[in-house]
Amino acid sequence: MKRLRIFLWGLVGVAMFLFGLFAYQLTQPKDEFVESAMIGEKIPPFDLRAAVEDRPGLASADLANGQAKLVNIFASWCVPCRAEAPHLETLRESGAEIVGVAIRDRPEDVARFLAVYGNPFTRIGADDISEVQLSIGSSGVPETFVVDGNGVITYQHIGDIRADDVPVILEKLREAGA
Amino acid sequence: MKHLIALLALALSTPLAAQDSLPPAPYAYNQLEDPALEEQARELMLTLRCLKCQSQSIADSDAPMAGDMRHQVRTRLAAGETPDQIRLWLIERYGDYVSYEPRVTASTWPLFVIPFVLLLIAGLIIRGRLVARGKPEGGAAG
Repeated sequence: MKRLRIFLWGLVGVAMFLFGLFAYQLTQPKDEFVESAMIGEKIPPFDLRAAVEDRPGLASADLANGQAKLVNIFASWCVPCRAEAPHLETLRESGAEIVGVAIRDRPEDVARFLAVYGNPFTRIGADDISEVQLSIGSSGVPETFVVDGNGVITYQHIGDIRADDVPVILEKLREAGA
Repeated sequence: MKHLIALLALALSTPLAAQDSLPPAPYAYNQLEDPALEEQARELMLTLRCLKCQSQSIADSDAPMAGDMRHQVRTRLAAGETPDQIRLWLIERYGDYVSYEPRVTASTWPLFVIPFVLLLIAGLIIRGRLVARGKPEGGAAG
């Protein structure tokens, strides 16, 4: 009889533990970011046509030219990309070289976007079927990758860059050898 | 309340705004000419996660990115890659998360082993009980 009672209390204990665990997990903020597994890997070969007239296109060879840089995945139809534009400008003023990959975008739309929100890019490639985006493990716009002088990804920033992300990204860029 | 409505409006408007103007990739909505390959593509696409709408497979999703992933699957199959190679190509980029097909890895092996261990323990307990029960009864009968 005593053993049964201990056993039943044990069951209650297990149930309490499970409910506690569920309650804890349910109150945790959900992490919806899918991180790239390509950090530490070399960017696979690609060659994208120019997305706008006044900037050259982007190829993987441009990313392995000895100069560490930022690769910004953006699109004119992406709302958070507008919010991050001023911070990209700050990064450029701080000496970062930024190249862009425009996802599923028409040249006239990209040109209009850059005219309104500024153009911090030295090169912009047009990725019409998200080919390059998929090849580097990016799952949305905007995203920003730090790439070292050999074309190896060293850091990924998911989502729009906010003011307090700027020093972090500059530090990561410095670590990558810029 | 006003803030809540504004927030709700913002949350609801994002998917609308996040639409691009380009046509879908060639093989996003078109099947492969070879029915056998298309069957393989279909099977694979049902077990790959859409990264934009994370509870759907890329076969179920109308997100532009899912279309671009279907294009990758179909063109790679047509180019002679096997479904496993394509799955691995995606896992190398997005981690196990992108695949709905569980793999045995350093962190997942207990999931595969524990059921067998439990079954073994249950079997041992049952055997112990049967033996324990059998003995006195056998003694009584004999």
